[in-house]
Amino acid sequence: MRISTSLRHLREGSKSLIRNGWMTFASVSAISISLFILGIFLLLTLNVNYLADQIESQVEIRVYLEVNTPQSQIDTLQSTIAAIPEVSKVEFVSKEEGLKFLREKLGESGKSLLEGFEGDNNPLNDSFTVEVTDPHQVAVAAGKISALNDGKDTKPIYKVNYGQGTVETLFKITHVIRNVGLVLVACLALTAMFLISNTIKLTIHAREREISIMKLVGATNGFIRWPFFVEGVLLGVIGSVIPVVLLLYGYRELTGASQVELSLLMMKMKPFDEVSQIVSTLLISIGIVIGVWGTIISVRKFLRV
Amino acid sequence: MIEMQDLWKTYKNGSDALRGINVKIDRNEFVYIVGPSGAGKSSFMKLIYREERPTKGHIFVNGFNLEKLKQRKIPYLRRVIGVIFQDFRLLPRLTVYENIAFAMEVIEAPKRQIRKRTLEVLEQVRLKDKADSLPSQLSGGEQQRVAIARAIVNSPAVIVADEPTGNLDPETSWGIMKLMEEINFRGTTIVMATHNRDIVNTMRKRVIAIEKGQIVRDEARGEYGYED
Ligand SMILES: Nc1ncnc2c1ncn2[C@@H]1O[C@H](COP(=O)(O)OP(=O)(O)O)[C@@H](O)[C@H]1O
Ligand SMILES: [Mg+2]
Repeated sequence: MRISTSLRHLREGSKSLIRNGWMTFASVSAISISLFILGIFLLLTLNVNYLADQIESQVEIRVYLEVNTPQSQIDTLQSTIAAIPEVSKVEFVSKEEGLKFLREKLGESGKSLLEGFEGDNNPLNDSFTVEVTDPHQVAVAAGKISALNDGKDTKPIYKVNYGQGTVETLFKITHVIRNVGLVLVACLALTAMFLISNTIKLTIHAREREISIMKLVGATNGFIRWPFFVEGVLLGVIGSVIPVVLLLYGYRELTGASQVELSLLMMKMKPFDEVSQIVSTLLISIGIVIGVWGTIISVRKFLRV
Repeated sequence: MIEMQDLWKTYKNGSDALRGINVKIDRNEFVYIVGPSGAGKSSFMKLIYREERPTKGHIFVNGFNLEKLKQRKIPYLRRVIGVIFQDFRLLPRLTVYENIAFAMEVIEAPKRQIRKRTLEVLEQVRLKDKADSLPSQLSGGEQQRVAIARAIVNSPAVIVADEPTGNLDPETSWGIMKLMEEINFRGTTIVMATHNRDIVNTMRKRVIAIEKGQIVRDEARGEYGYED
C-alpha cells in the first residue's frame, strides 16, 4: 500500500471518530467499562494465584514419629517415603533440631517458655519434613504416608500434618473468581462489540454517498473498508488505555499502602512491574479485538452488493 | 465494446424491467437510449456498470463477461466505465478539484499523476477557475461538468450517462452535449439515456428505443420519435 494511501485511511478513520462524537463516546465508554471490570478480575486472579503460590511454596507435610522408634526403622521409613512418586524431598528432623527451630522461631519472648526441655525432657517427637512435587498433590501424598502404618505391629508414625483444608479452600476461591470473571467479561465484551458495530454503522451511514461514489469509480472493498478498520482499532485502543491507566494507578497506590500490613502476614501482592505488563498487554489487545470485530460485522454486511 | 444477448432483468418485486434485449454497441459509438418513463432505460444502464445483476442472458462489456464476473473483480470493470447521473452526485464537502481527484485517489493512482490528470480534465471541461469552489457555489451545468470530469478522469473506455441533461435548462444542456461529443471524438464510447427530443433530433446519433423492456427501434442517425 502506498504511504499516501495509508495516511488517507488513518485520516479518514480519525475524522470519522470526531464526526460521530456521541457514538464514539458511547463505544469508548462501553469498552472502557467492560475492560475495567475485566481488569479488576484479572488483578484479583493474578493476586490470588500469587498468594496461592506463596502459600503453596510453604506447603509441606510434617510426619511426626512415635517415641522410641528404632533408628533402623526410621531409616527404612525415610527411604519408603522418598520412594512415593508425589514426594520430592524428605528430611529428617530430630527432636533436638526441632527444639532448636522452635527456639529460633519464638525468639526472646519464647525463651522462658522452652526452659528445661533439653535432653531427655525434650517433649517433641522426631519428625520428617516432606516436600511434594506438586502442591495440589499434598493430600494424596499425606494419605499415602499415613497408610505406611497399616499392618505394622509397632506403628512408626504418630501423626501426619499438612495444614489440611486451607490449601483446598484457596484453590476453590481462585477457581470461582476466574469463572465469574470470565462470564461477566464475555457479556460486557459482547455489549461493547454491539455498541461499536452500531457506531460504525452510523459512520457508514454518514458516508453512504461517498462510499457509493467510491464504488462507482472502482474503489476496491478493501480500500473502502480500511478507514472503518482504523476507526475500530482507535475505538479499541482509546477504550482500553483509559481502564489500563486507572487500574495500574490504583494498583500501585494499593500495593504501596498495604505493604506493611501484608508483610506481617508473611504475604505480599504481586509486584507492580509484572502486573502492569500483563494487564496492559491483555486489556489493550482485547480492546483492539473488540474494536476490529465490531467493525467487521457492520462493514461486511454493507459491502455485499 | 458492449454486447447483450437475450438479456432479462426481473426485480425482486416481480417487475420485468428488461425482457430479452439483444444489442451490440461498438467501440467509439455514440448511442442514445430513448423511451417512455419506466421503459427500462435506467435498468439497461445499471446492467452495464453492474449495479444490477442480469436475471437471464449474456452481457459483455469491454471484454468482461459480466455473468462470470466475481464480486471482487467488479471494481476493475468500473474503472473502464465512467458513470454520469441526472443529479450529479458530487461530494458536497469537497472542492471541485478534490471531487475529481477523489476518483483517482480511491483507485490508488500515484499522487503526481493525480495532480497532472485532474488539471488536464479541469481544462477539458473548462472549469479551471472553479477548481477551489464547493459544488454548492456552482450552477447546475457547472456541477454536471464536474461530474463529467470525474467520470473521464480515469480515462474510461465507455461513458454511461443516465439523463445527464434532465435537470438542466436547454442552453446549459447544449454545453453538456458539446462536451459529450468532444469526449466521444477523443475515442470514448458513449451510451446516453435521454428524454431530450431537441438534442436527439439535432445532434444525430444512433438511437435505440426501449418500450416495456424491449428494443422497439434501433436506427443509425435516428430520431427521438416521441411526443413528450
Ligand atoms: N430497484 C428496483 N426495484 C424494483 N423495480 C424496479 C427497480 N428499478 C426499476 N424498477 C422497475 O423497472 C421498470 C423499469 O424502470 P427503469 O429502468 O428505471 O426505467 P426508466 O429509466 O426507463 O424510467 C419500472 O417498472 C420500474 O418500476
Ligand atoms: Mg430512468
